[in-house]
Amino acid sequence: MRLKTVERHVNEALRSIWRNGWLSVASVVTVAVSLFILGFTTLVVLNVDYLAGNLESGVEMTVFLQNNVTADQTQALNKELQALPGVVSVQFVSKDQALADIKQSMGDRGDLLSGLAEDNPLPDAFRVKTADPATIPALAAQAQHLDGVDQVRYGAGVVEKLLAVTHWLRIGGLLMMVLVGVSAVFLIATTIRVSVHARRYEIGIMKFLGATNWFVRSPFLLEGVGLGFAGSLLAGAAVYLGYVFVVNAAQQALPFLQLMDDPLTLATVVGGILVLGMLIGVLGSLFSLRRYLKV
Amino acid sequence: MLQFLNVFKQYPNGVKALSDISVTIKRGEFVFLVGPSGAGKTTLTRLILREELPTRGQVIFAGKNLARLKGREVPYLRRKIGMVFQDFRLLPQHTVLENVAFAMEVTGAPGREIRRVVPQMLAMVGMEAKRNCLPHQLSGGEQQRVCLARAMVHNPLLLIADEPTGNLDPDTSWEIMKLLADINSKGTTVLMATHAQEIVDRMKRRVIALEMGRMVRDEEGGGYLRAAENG
Repeated sequence: MRLKTVERHVNEALRSIWRNGWLSVASVVTVAVSLFILGFTTLVVLNVDYLAGNLESGVEMTVFLQNNVTADQTQALNKELQALPGVVSVQFVSKDQALADIKQSMGDRGDLLSGLAEDNPLPDAFRVKTADPATIPALAAQAQHLDGVDQVRYGAGVVEKLLAVTHWLRIGGLLMMVLVGVSAVFLIATTIRVSVHARRYEIGIMKFLGATNWFVRSPFLLEGVGLGFAGSLLAGAAVYLGYVFVVNAAQQALPFLQLMDDPLTLATVVGGILVLGMLIGVLGSLFSLRRYLKV
Repeated sequence: MLQFLNVFKQYPNGVKALSDISVTIKRGEFVFLVGPSGAGKTTLTRLILREELPTRGQVIFAGKNLARLKGREVPYLRRKIGMVFQDFRLLPQHTVLENVAFAMEVTGAPGREIRRVVPQMLAMVGMEAKRNCLPHQLSGGEQQRVCLARAMVHNPLLLIADEPTGNLDPDTSWEIMKLLADINSKGTTVLMATHAQEIVDRMKRRVIALEMGRMVRDEEGGGYLRAAENG
């Protein structure tokens, strides 16, 4: 296609968007809202998955040792725990290691704990993984009676509850996104229909002058893609800036809550929003052109 | 060049527009298509442009059976056919020059070619001086000249004029007829649907008469009415 032809199509599309005024604005906003919901839901779900990975899962329990336990006793406990039925692995976490973990999870405010290095109040512990979450309560009771054990804690299915929440969040977010997305497609289709109607006289002339179908359709297709892209730019910017803001605010207020802060993931989500926006635009205009532009 | 073979056309709403039309038009001919409104003149031109397909029978243009033409080939067929209408159909927001150039732009012609051909066409119809006017600033005759220039940019095999003088006064009509005759003398076949009895009678060209969708007369050098009726 010639550059001049492309330029013409783009100009026609822009003129149409301008002439349709509020209808164009409504289309752009609907696309933006639908894609913002999608982007937001995706990031929340990714974060919950990420947080869940950092928490005790339902197949894990932590066995805290009494303060006066010797190295030999620790060795013996390790063996005894491994011998329990259904135990997959046992990992020793020293009190120093535990303090370092906590410090790290507090990020910038980790230095608040630096005074504790001398007199670490944390106990040594074993992290015990089992094959089946259902056996945990019984195993915990048994471990409790071993020599040198102070306390046994397990997640009691917190992670599973969290994952169930994300499951519903995923479904709910997807459903809302699809509903708003479908209305975005139809709003764009309506806008394109109005454009086709406004230019039907010119379209009639183009046809008897021998314009190809794609020549007639291209400006309308571009108009739809333009509307979709404008909407996705808005949504992409809102998701990006919103997320950066939330991550910063969370770091200030809740240092122990580690949100996912991975530029690549954020870029992928924003990129996906842009692609989807154009796709919505193409869908909307094709829908209208099939019905209202018989060539 | 153009051939109708036992063509029938019935629209989905049941209207029988054409019945058993068989006619051959040779290259370089000038043919009047006459008949009252609703006789089937418009349907005939729609079949040539392949806006419609015949219910039965065949339409052959430039050696091609139009029924066998694929949808994407239709625009290329239409570039071989120039169209002129009673209501001109110019783009109101565009100048004379832009209107003529538009016919080439929609086919993706290169700018060099457009700048070469368009002034030639405007000169042919005597409209160079008004090339920057908008259609509403022109008289009916001038607008029809612009339409002729636009119809000729692709040097078509066939020029279809649908009542080209329908909105014009007699003197202006004759100017347009002179242009059509010039175009025809340079080799373009002209098919003109008309109600203008005086023009048909004086031009003494081939006349095809339709009535109720049937061809009732095909006469070389004929008049608007039958020879007998003409007296």
